[in-house]
Amino acid sequence: MSDETTQRVRATLKKRYLKEKLFRGFGITAIAASLGFLVILLGSIIYKGMPAFQATYLKVDITLNEDTLGVGGTVSDAEMQGANFSGAIKSAMRDRFPDVKKRKAKKNLYALVSSGAEYALAEYMINNREQFGQTVSLWLLADDEADALIKRNKDLSKPIRRGEFKNDSSALVTRLNKDQLGWLQSFKDAGDTDVRISSTFFTNGNSREPEQAGIRAALVGSAYTLLITFALSFPIAVAAAIYLEEFAPQNRWTDLVEVNINNLAAVPSIVFGLLGLAVFINYLQLPRSAPVVGGVVLSLMTLPTIIISSRAALKAVPPSIREAARGLGASPVQVVTHHVLPLAMPGILTGTIIGLAQALGETAPLLMIGMVAFIVDIPGSVTDPSTVLPVQVFLWADAPERAFTERTSAAIMVLLAFLIVMNLAAVLLRKKFERRW
Amino acid sequence: MSDAAKEAFDALTETVGRVTVDDPKMQAENVDVFYAEKQAIYDVTLDVAKNEVVAMIGPSGCGKSTFLRCLNRMNDTIPSCKVSGNITLEGESLYSSAMDPVMLRARVGMVFQKPNPFAKSIYDNVAYGPKIHGLANNRAELDDIVESSLHRAGLFDEVKDRLNAPGTSLSGGQQQRLCIARTIAVSPEVILMDEPCSALDPIATARIEELIDELRENYAIAIVTHSMQQAARVSQRTAYFHLGKLVEVGETKTIFTNPSHELTENYITGRFG
Repeated sequence: MSDETTQRVRATLKKRYLKEKLFRGFGITAIAASLGFLVILLGSIIYKGMPAFQATYLKVDITLNEDTLGVGGTVSDAEMQGANFSGAIKSAMRDRFPDVKKRKAKKNLYALVSSGAEYALAEYMINNREQFGQTVSLWLLADDEADALIKRNKDLSKPIRRGEFKNDSSALVTRLNKDQLGWLQSFKDAGDTDVRISSTFFTNGNSREPEQAGIRAALVGSAYTLLITFALSFPIAVAAAIYLEEFAPQNRWTDLVEVNINNLAAVPSIVFGLLGLAVFINYLQLPRSAPVVGGVVLSLMTLPTIIISSRAALKAVPPSIREAARGLGASPVQVVTHHVLPLAMPGILTGTIIGLAQALGETAPLLMIGMVAFIVDIPGSVTDPSTVLPVQVFLWADAPERAFTERTSAAIMVLLAFLIVMNLAAVLLRKKFERRW
Repeated sequence: MSDAAKEAFDALTETVGRVTVDDPKMQAENVDVFYAEKQAIYDVTLDVAKNEVVAMIGPSGCGKSTFLRCLNRMNDTIPSCKVSGNITLEGESLYSSAMDPVMLRARVGMVFQKPNPFAKSIYDNVAYGPKIHGLANNRAELDDIVESSLHRAGLFDEVKDRLNAPGTSLSGGQQQRLCIARTIAVSPEVILMDEPCSALDPIATARIEELIDELRENYAIAIVTHSMQQAARVSQRTAYFHLGKLVEVGETKTIFTNPSHELTENYITGRFG
């Protein structure tokens, strides 16, 4: 190379390296930014959601006898279930604070204990009949407002943020009044408050009382819905992809089908919800709010995704494998089932999991078919009314009680965990099917 | 192509040399092949005899591979490909409705240019054909077929300790011999080879060529090759294709030492190709 060319190359070299540096810089910044946002998002969700896995209990001495419960100690379980446990709890609270006389004040006092406590007490009584007639110290679930203050270890002597304290950032934000805070303080002073790890969130369905609301119904609903979605969309989509890729003639009709599948993948999900409402519920009279309808609607939505990715996976199988099999006298179906499909399986599974993950996070079409219902009972089959995780998040995010905030975040955590489990399953399945040679 | 050669090509209406044999296994008569509008093969007539290796040579794009693939209907999957003329295997027409392409491919095996073992073990690669055709009644018979096929392909001693290893873990030459073993495991009558050594080194090539010579005892073999030396070494008869026409057919020795047609001579002497 002559000196002049060397000079010229050197001059451009600098520019080239600079460009590369810039490009790398952009790349690293982009990744750092997205990671940063992800950390902030996950951090805030976990920080807000963790308290949902704890619950506060108050220790109360309850007298369990015929006077307080209104039934004898030897009645049947069903009768015992219907006994006046709420009255027993109320009288126990009155006994603890005998100065409270006014009706309104009494009502406030009772409100410290969760309305669900009486059911726990009933269960306790049925399992411990020998304690009938005795006064026992029991831990009762606290109401959500009291729970929030105790759980976060707030100073209960601070003024409540209302009126003139509106701008006082050190004031307490609570719906409890001064009396209630005093009673709570006395519980705390006596060591009669306890914050425990609680599984309520995972064992209960939805509830109007945040401290009793749980994710179980939505989780089961989501599982049923996804099961239906998978059972419908996977075989149909794989069959469609195989036919289009391996058997269908290349003509205008298959082109039309292909274009339509691609378009279908871009249709807004709410449209599928409308279709589900019109066809499955109004016309076919399938049950409202049921996972079976949700699953069918979501599989309509997932189908194009799985078909497109399955076709790509099938296309990626080298033609030489097909030729080899055909050359040995394998019939067209044998070529596909023995050679092409096993090689394409990892790709097909990845597409399926992506489709199912989309379906898991989908809310809009499910609102249209009534899966936005308030579900207390855990659904027992695919035709029971149920809701799904993202809809539950939507419902709780909308609720006025502040304690639902933590439930919302916790529900998001469960949703994300569900996704991670699904992805993990996909990775394991891929590993199993992948032929590394 | 020189003007003289072009003239000679245009003037060519009939293949030089004897295209038929006394004891044919496969016969192709007046075969034309079209890809959509484009004609790839013009009026080719050629016989494949029993226990002989017939080599097809010619410059790239001369239609020799296309012709080879007509012999076991591998062109069927190309929708635009149309074959006319008559091809028979033991007197049965290949393209008649009575001939099932799956059955045909069991009788006319094929070895491809690039070794293409299945993503399965060595054993399963060889056992696949017999399995789908139900050639073995039990595991022991299948074992026998696999072992004898690997033996005949000259691969058994190299892989006998690792029959469960993936077929793709072998070297290129071994893979190609595995593909040959896989083909002969079905006991075909004819073996078609489409440039079987073009992806292999000289030592592996020599190994395969020896093998082809041994296989001739039991099978009719048609081989397409780019290497004239290879054609000279393995074949008894050679067919020279040029731009879709079969120019000359003859004893391999004659073709390479004393070609009759100008085009053949040009190709053999390396003036084009």
